[in-house]
Amino acid sequence: MACRVPLVLLACGSFNPITYQHMRLFELARDHMHQSGQFQVVGGIVSPVSDVYGKQGLAPARHRVAMARLALRSSDWVRVDDWESEQADWTETVVTMRHHYDRILKEHQNTTGAPQLKLLCGADFLDTFQVPGLWRADHVAEVTGRFGLVCVSRGGLLPHRAVHESDTLSRHGNNIFLVRDWISNEISATEVRRALRRGLSVKYLLPDPVIDYIRERGLYTWESEQRNRGAALRPLAQQGAPPETPAD
Amino acid sequence: MENSDQTKVVLLACGSYNPITNIHLRMFELARDHLEDTGNYRVFKGIISPVGDGYKKKGLIEAAHRIEMAKLATESSNWVRVDPWEGQQAEWVETVKVLRHHYEELLAAERNKDEVDTVKVGKKRRHEDSDGWAHSHCGKTGMTQLKLLCGADVLESFSVPNLWKPEDITEIVGRYGLVCITRAGSDAWKFVHQSDILWRHRKNIHLVKEWVTNEISATHVRRALRRGQSVRYLLPDPVVQYIQEQGLYSADSEEKNADVVLAPLQKYSKGCN
Repeated sequence: MACRVPLVLLACGSFNPITYQHMRLFELARDHMHQSGQFQVVGGIVSPVSDVYGKQGLAPARHRVAMARLALRSSDWVRVDDWESEQADWTETVVTMRHHYDRILKEHQNTTGAPQLKLLCGADFLDTFQVPGLWRADHVAEVTGRFGLVCVSRGGLLPHRAVHESDTLSRHGNNIFLVRDWISNEISATEVRRALRRGLSVKYLLPDPVIDYIRERGLYTWESEQRNRGAALRPLAQQGAPPETPAD
Repeated sequence: MENSDQTKVVLLACGSYNPITNIHLRMFELARDHLEDTGNYRVFKGIISPVGDGYKKKGLIEAAHRIEMAKLATESSNWVRVDPWEGQQAEWVETVKVLRHHYEELLAAERNKDEVDTVKVGKKRRHEDSDGWAHSHCGKTGMTQLKLLCGADVLESFSVPNLWKPEDITEIVGRYGLVCITRAGSDAWKFVHQSDILWRHRKNIHLVKEWVTNEISATHVRRALRRGQSVRYLLPDPVVQYIQEQGLYSADSEEKNADVVLAPLQKYSKGCN
């Protein structure tokens, strides 16, 4: 155990709302990384995206953060961080990773063996690397090369192919950990919102306290689903903007 | 809320529940939404009935544990509860007999209610007559119906030789009715179409599409458990806790009944019961 590399897993996403599937990703990833014999997972961070992301039907960040907190109250290793959600503009994933890694390094200033930070994602995430204009090449290289990816795949998705078909990803292949979810479980937040606005039950798809929260505040209605309709996703809107100055 | 045109329905789900998972509980939610959405039904109760140890399925742990876990899992539900009757029987009980048992209980409960409410006496009560059950139950409003809730696998299993007696299938779909949760993309109507019995009673078969595909099988859960992997968020937390405290589901427990033939197959392949 002593020679294992401590590791923190960071998951970025809408969490609109958080479901059991999001929480399963952490459990699966931790088991997988432990079984590799090389890592000791010491923490997990859920980082909901900010409102300016511009995704259709995105509920206000304060609600998405509150729901994630309620859902993870029963976890002793995964917690919610609202830094990303409170940024005035959309934050590139790599910037969020730098923020958390800097924080982790500061916390371990006087100790040896600061944990590594890796991005935890679903297999569909790997495909977004191929979407033109969504990612900057140097960001992909930093996320996969400097940090690393733990990617959980379900059902018929082919994460190995996505890695193979990208030169950047395959160059950092040894820093990309593919976890297979054999118990395929496709509770998507999109389906959950659809059921909610149709007045159908979502019990056992998300934790009870989250469902209560949604009910009490009347989130996820026909109206809320129209938010940001027709708007370009913030990352796509940023395309063509001058490249940000590299972080120090 | 209470509409006199609506038929009151109780849903009964039979199975191993080895262990119970969130998906077992989801089936009740999906079925209730579907039936009530038709405007014809009001589902007021769900019953989970874990099978007895006499079923002899490989890796089936003691009914007492399975019942306890199901109880813990339904603590947060205000309409689904666990009934230990089937699980406590020494011998395996055919599903149709479990339905009969619960229907008797329902009738008894309604009789008691009617005796208090004298106005309704005579009007509603209708005991089985010489003509049998077929007319006394189906399609009657005002009288509570009991329906079997199941996954598409049960529908498919009706065509497995020696697993079901044909007259039992007829009684299940004819007298009671079936609410069957199917995965998006699966063609459950095909099984109805290919079976004469099921087709004859198709009006008593409700197929519910599950759009959120979710394949948490108890087999997968047991595999993860004996390999020491996390099953959190697949089962309710109190159930995960119970399994850990009691040390259930090991490589050893999976070998239970390893070479034993399933009770229904034992029974019917001999040609009688």
